[in-house]
Order: sequence, then C-alpha cells, then structure tokens
Amino acid sequence: MTLNWYVFPEPSGSFATAAANCSKASNGAYQIKINFLSNSSDQQRISLVRRLAAGDSSIDILAMDVDWTAEFADAKWIRPWTGTNAAAVSKGVLPGPLKTATWNGRLYAAPINSNTQLLWYRKDLVPHPPKTWNQMIDDAIQLAKEGKPHYIEEQGAKYEGLTVWFNSLVNSAGGQILSPTNKILVDHTSETAAKIMKRLADSPAADPALNVAMEGSSETNWEHGIAAFQINYPFVWSAAKADSPSVFKHMGYAPFPSVTPGVAPRVSIGGYNLGVSTHSKHPQLAFQAIRCLVQPANQARDAIKGGLAPVLASIYNQPSFEKAYPFHALIKAQLERYGLRPQTPAYADVTLAIQDTLSPTSSIDPSSVVSTLRGDIKNALSSQALL
Amino acid sequence: MTSGTVTAPQSAPAKPQRAHLSDRARAERNLGFKLVAPALIVMVAVTAYPLISTVVLSLQRADLRFPDANKFIGLSNYGAVLRAPVWWQVVWHTVIITVVSVSIQFVLGMLLALAMHRMIFARGTLRAIALVPYAIVAVVAAYSWNYAWSLTSGWIPKLLGLSSDPLSHPFGSYVAIIVTEVWKNTPFMALLLLAGLALVPDELLEAAKVDGANAWQRFIRITVPLMKPAILVALLFRTLDAFRIFDTIYIFNQGANGTESISMLNYSTLLDRLNLGLGSAVSVLLFVFVGIIAFVFIKGFGAGSGPIGESS
Repeated sequence: MTLNWYVFPEPSGSFATAAANCSKASNGAYQIKINFLSNSSDQQRISLVRRLAAGDSSIDILAMDVDWTAEFADAKWIRPWTGTNAAAVSKGVLPGPLKTATWNGRLYAAPINSNTQLLWYRKDLVPHPPKTWNQMIDDAIQLAKEGKPHYIEEQGAKYEGLTVWFNSLVNSAGGQILSPTNKILVDHTSETAAKIMKRLADSPAADPALNVAMEGSSETNWEHGIAAFQINYPFVWSAAKADSPSVFKHMGYAPFPSVTPGVAPRVSIGGYNLGVSTHSKHPQLAFQAIRCLVQPANQARDAIKGGLAPVLASIYNQPSFEKAYPFHALIKAQLERYGLRPQTPAYADVTLAIQDTLSPTSSIDPSSVVSTLRGDIKNALSSQALL
Repeated sequence: MTSGTVTAPQSAPAKPQRAHLSDRARAERNLGFKLVAPALIVMVAVTAYPLISTVVLSLQRADLRFPDANKFIGLSNYGAVLRAPVWWQVVWHTVIITVVSVSIQFVLGMLLALAMHRMIFARGTLRAIALVPYAIVAVVAAYSWNYAWSLTSGWIPKLLGLSSDPLSHPFGSYVAIIVTEVWKNTPFMALLLLAGLALVPDELLEAAKVDGANAWQRFIRITVPLMKPAILVALLFRTLDAFRIFDTIYIFNQGANGTESISMLNYSTLLDRLNLGLGSAVSVLLFVFVGIIAFVFIKGFGAGSGPIGESS
C-alpha cells in the first residue's frame, strides 16, 4: 500500500531515510512515498488546501505548519488523533509543540519538529549579549556612534515573519492576541510591542532593508558582516559556518531578548506537525506510519543531519545532539516557556490583519495600534471582510 | 490580434442589409456558422463557463475553510468589497501604476518604433534585439530587477548612491515597479506602433514636406492620425495588461509599502484566505473595470477614425 507524504523539501535526506526505514519496518504493510512541496510555507499551504478542499484522496500524510491546525481541523481536512495513537505521539513531547497540534481540546496532528528564534550576536563587537530589546537597540546605537557594524537583523517584510516577531513581543510582554476561544485580547502589551518595533525601525540600529527583510535575507546581510545582532532561527548557525567563516568565527548566541527586564521571553513557536488527511483511503496505516516517522531515532537524525529542532524532550540530552546543536539548552528552554501565535480557523485572515497594521514598521503608530488591531482582527475573525 | 477591436464598428452597419440577402449568401452564411461552431463551443466552455461560475460564486458565502457556512447571500460580498477602504486603496495603486507606466511606455515605444521604422541596415536583427526584454519570462525579469534594486546585492542603489533600500518605502517601490514594467513592455508597445507606422504612405509625408510642413507637423498631422488604430490597439492592450499587474509586485514585495494592486488583493483573498465568494466579487469587479477601460478606449478613440475599418 502506498502512502503519500506531502512535506516541505527537506534537503538533508533525513526524511527520505525515515520514510524508507519506516516502510521497511512495516513489513510491506505500507510504502511511504515522499512528495516535496515548495519551500515557502504559504505556497505549501496553498498547494495542500486546494487538493484537500477538492477531496483529493491521493494525500495521506501532510506536514502542516504549526499555524494551520485550527483551520485544517475546522474545515474537516484532517482526522483527529485518539486513543493509543494520540498517546503514542504526545508522550515526551515538549509542551509548546504539543499545544500547536491541539485545537479545541483535541489532538489533530503529531509534532515532528519545532523551531524558535534566538539572538545571534558578534562576540567581537558585543562583549555581553543584551538581555532586553531596549538594551539591544541601545547597544546597536552605541556601536553606530563608534562607526562599527551595528545593525539588528530582524524580519520586517510584510509576511508571516512580521507576525512571528510581533507575537513574540506581545507574548513576552505578558499578553496575547487571541484567547483559545478566539476572544480578542489585544491590550497595552500590543502597544508595548509596537513601540519596540517602531523604536528599532526609526533608530540607526535598523538595517535599511528592514521592511523587506525575511529570514533568508536577514541571514545574507548578517554574513556580509554589517550587523552586530540577528534575531533568527538556528539554521543561521550552519549557514554562516558554511558561507562566511570570518563572521562565524565571532558568532555567539543568547536567549531571545526580553521585553520586561528580568522576565524570560515567550517566543513564537515554529515547526511542523503531521496530520492524516480526511480523504485518505488508508487512514489507519497513515496513523501508524506517522507514529514511526516521529520516533526518537528519526527525530534525532532530522536534528543532527537536517538541523530541525526535535519536539521530544529526551533528545535534547543526547550527547551527539548536544554536539551538533551547541545552543540546545536555549532552544529547549524556549520551547518549554513558549509563545503561541493565535490559534484560530481564520488564521490566514488574522495574520494578514496583523501584517497590514504593522507594515511598514517605520510607519507604526504605537498609540493607535490597539484600536486598529482590535478592529482589523474583529473583521478578520468574521472571515467575510476584505483585508 | 486586432480583429476583436476591428469587427465591432463594422458589424453595426451590416445589420440593415440582412433583409436583402440572396439565397446563396444566406447559405454561405449558414455554412460559415457551421464552420465556426466547434470553435465557438470550445470558447463557451473555456471562457463563458468560468465567467458565469465566478459571478455565481460572488453571490455566495463560499469559503473553503468553512464549508458548512456556505449559502446564497446576494450582493453582500460586493457590499463588503466596496465598503472596505483597502479596495479603494488598491484601485488607486493600480490606477497610478497603470497610467504612469503606460504613458512612459507609449512615449518610449513611439520613439523606438520610429527608430526601428527608419532603420536602414540590420533591421531584422535590431528589431529582434529590441524585443528581448519582452521575451523574458515575466517572473524571471521581476526577480532580476528585484536583485538589481535591493540594497545589498543590486547595482541600482550603488549607481545612485542610495543609503536606504528603495524597495522598503512607497516612493522607491513605485519607481522600481514602474521602471521594471516599462523596461519589460516597451518593446511590445513599440512593435504594435511599428505596425501602425507601416500604414502611413510615404507619398503623403513627402507631399507634406513639399508643402513646407516641418518634421513635428508631419508627425502630428499625418503620421499620428493615420496610425490611430494602431495606437488604440497598443494603448488598449497595454492598459488592460498593466491594470492586471501582479507578478512584478508579487516578486518585489508582496504588495507591501502601499503597492498592493487589485490582482494582488484578488490573489490573497482567493488563494491565501480561500474565500471564494469574496474573491470572486473582486474578480468580477476587476472584470468590470477592464470592460469599462476597453469601452472607453474603443468609443473614445475609435469613433470617427475611418482607418480602423480600412486597416482590416
């Protein structure tokens, strides 16, 4: 029996190994066939939902970005996990990633990898990494005065990365954008977050390309050596190592900066969960196959070979993982004390409303952000307004 | 290509003659209908069906994410679109890009066409070279211009000595988008105008020269009026194309910095938000705009221009 697994392109080949090993271990019960989607998460979603909405039975297993769970569940595109299957894929999983796979109290997918942004800094320019956002901006301004590389690389383009940034700041300030029941909770914490974004955008600390920066271009600019700080996912570590040894030599890492001094941040979780399509002809086999794909041995290889942060707490203590991931403790800590982007079936609308309000970052008006966001998100939740 | 615009003015005077058709003419006409029937059926299937289905969808609450909520809601989607400030913003953005880019393309295209028309040697080769930008895949062209405009990798900010990224604020973004559009589409404009220049008989120009008209007078009084049909077609095609602008903006900045066009909004409503009802309403309104533009061009430019009929 062939099971079609639709997933983001995993370049290291670790997913392919997992698929082959699991197929072999099933003793012919199933054969997992990998179908790579495009690189961008938006495009992956579009390719998947078009097929799912049309009732395409050729998708069995789908890799879903952590934001899609509520939408896919409410649209009845994926099957809920129950009983022993649910227990098997939630056992030992870090709380943040597990939460992203849950909607309305039910588990809808099996977390396979997670992600969280850290602060990367230049040890030769910054002796002590800043603890808060304001401190980081102050440090950068000071470096600018000294005529040294000083930019803070952050993702300010109008895309999901902007929502990730804003949500991390709001959660770190102790607030939330939406409650689990989709009540709008936008309050002064959103204003605090907007103030920080605006302050960065208006200061010499901002890369002039801030308003068009995405994860990849932030990293490219970092490798050019023009920045002192970078907020980004751990892929930048191996990327800088390969592309820019002179920058990598001085590259340090630290926790994502806090918003309130002394209060640990809550950083938006990224990553992927595996779901079973409603239209799959072999759902039971698909559940079995996913249980195999997320096993510790596979997750450890995904992490060491492919750089994907595991969702199982136990892997963070394995010596081989610690070696490949020197910042493993920071990641684990941030996945334990996590931030979550709004969980709602209208996520595509809500994130668009947030991006509309905050782009371009230099035009943010912190004093009106709360009322604008409240209005726009209300419109977005109705899913009937033009955004 | 020109037949669509050309037949419209012709068909009107044809009507009164219908009663006087001979048997033979009638038979020929019937045969004609039979011969075009297969093409007509295919046209209806591939254009009329999606069009009607879009109109029907636009009258429904139809969202792929909320299949249970689907129902007929009349004109509510149109109300939601027309009441949204973002709709009028994107219309405005689209109009700016269209008017500015098509005007520049027209002027440059005319100059290029005149140059190509008067070219004495290597005509074919030089015409082919001028067409290169148009031959490049739109997305590829947009990507290469995107790199050219970006602060870290591009040659344009270096050349102009810019310290900030032109694509990160509205003015720079508009300039970049319009320059890219002009670069890409001027050759097409020039090609259509070149066809019009070929219609202008040299004897007329020479006669005018003998009468003492200078070059500018000859261009304005003789060349332009005679090539009016070609100008109409060129401007109409380019305006309709420019009004549906999508790829350049999508590649440059996904509509950030106030550059979102109607097509971008249409795309995000249909494909990101999966709101087929609302998105279809946007599609229908875009279609209406395109229809109005075509109507204004043909009525405004086409009326009273004799050569349209003759040129066919």
